[in-house]
Amino acid sequence: MVKRNLTGAGYGLGSWLQQRITAVIMLFSAIVFFIFIAYIATQVNSGISSWQALFQNIFVKFFVQIFFIALVLHAWVGIRDLWMDYINCAGLRLIFYVFTILWLLGSLMYSIKILWI
Amino acid sequence: MSKKHVKVSIYRYNPEVDKKPYYKDYTVELDPLDTKLLNVLMKIKDLHDDSVSFRRSCREGVCGSDAININGRNGLACLTDISSLGRNIILRPIPGLPVIRDLIVDMTQFFNQYHSIKPYVIDDRPQPERERIQSQEDRAQLDGTIECILCACCSTACPSFWWNPDKFLGPAALLQAYRFIADTRDQATNERLDELNDPYRLFRCHTIMNCADVCPKHLNPTRAIGKIKEIMVARAV
Repeated sequence: MVKRNLTGAGYGLGSWLQQRITAVIMLFSAIVFFIFIAYIATQVNSGISSWQALFQNIFVKFFVQIFFIALVLHAWVGIRDLWMDYINCAGLRLIFYVFTILWLLGSLMYSIKILWI
Repeated sequence: MSKKHVKVSIYRYNPEVDKKPYYKDYTVELDPLDTKLLNVLMKIKDLHDDSVSFRRSCREGVCGSDAININGRNGLACLTDISSLGRNIILRPIPGLPVIRDLIVDMTQFFNQYHSIKPYVIDDRPQPERERIQSQEDRAQLDGTIECILCACCSTACPSFWWNPDKFLGPAALLQAYRFIADTRDQATNERLDELNDPYRLFRCHTIMNCADVCPKHLNPTRAIGKIKEIMVARAV
């Protein structure tokens, strides 16, 4: 039986760009977050209360949320790459995709709950 | 004066006779003219065991037929200095392709990927009276691509090609894909980019760079793949 070579799924570049752009966002967010932590560490009363106060700040919440969104988008491409590389059966790969999406969406919703609710 | 000897362990497999592959050792006495690994392989075939099977033709790194895995690293037997290999040499077929016999592999999958990128200039405009002219600057864009001899050292050293040889083009075919994208005489650049914008064909490359590491012609397929991505980004954004 002839196995035809099917090509042109058309989303390779988008995923590749998504992974690189989210990596830059995560790097930037991480640097900003470490500056916040360094700021807390230099305070006289750098206990749990100053940590809680930090996360009451709307800009900190915003930065951390952006970080988590970028992380989820980045992880989706990375984990999907793993399944593409190592799982040859398309049906099984699709099942892994669905579980990965559910897990990442769950993690994203949990980050929203922690930060905002 | 005592002559130098090397021990060569060769992967042996004849599917008509052997149930599974095995290694056979040969101790070879080196003459002063035995400078390359291919000399030693020829000596083994001539003097020790004429059943040892391997491909070779030009014996000077042009035809690319004697690509083998030498002490765990892909290379051309005719370009590999015997003095660089030590006293114990292990020879295997290049990995990731079906073995036909001993060091000879079935290159069909490799050439299928090469043919799929349409390795020829596409230009449906009327033929000029003489050749299609190209400036020296435009021609210089092809440097580092047209020197490829399709030996398959790069593609068979690439883990992404091992996992998906039917879907990922592999570094050799991608280097040639870039060669025709970069060619200013070619009129099918958009179609070529459309065909490459696929999560498997191009984007299984994870920049591992085994390809650039083993290329016996010192080419850099990873850089060519990066340039294809740059052109795609420039087209998309």
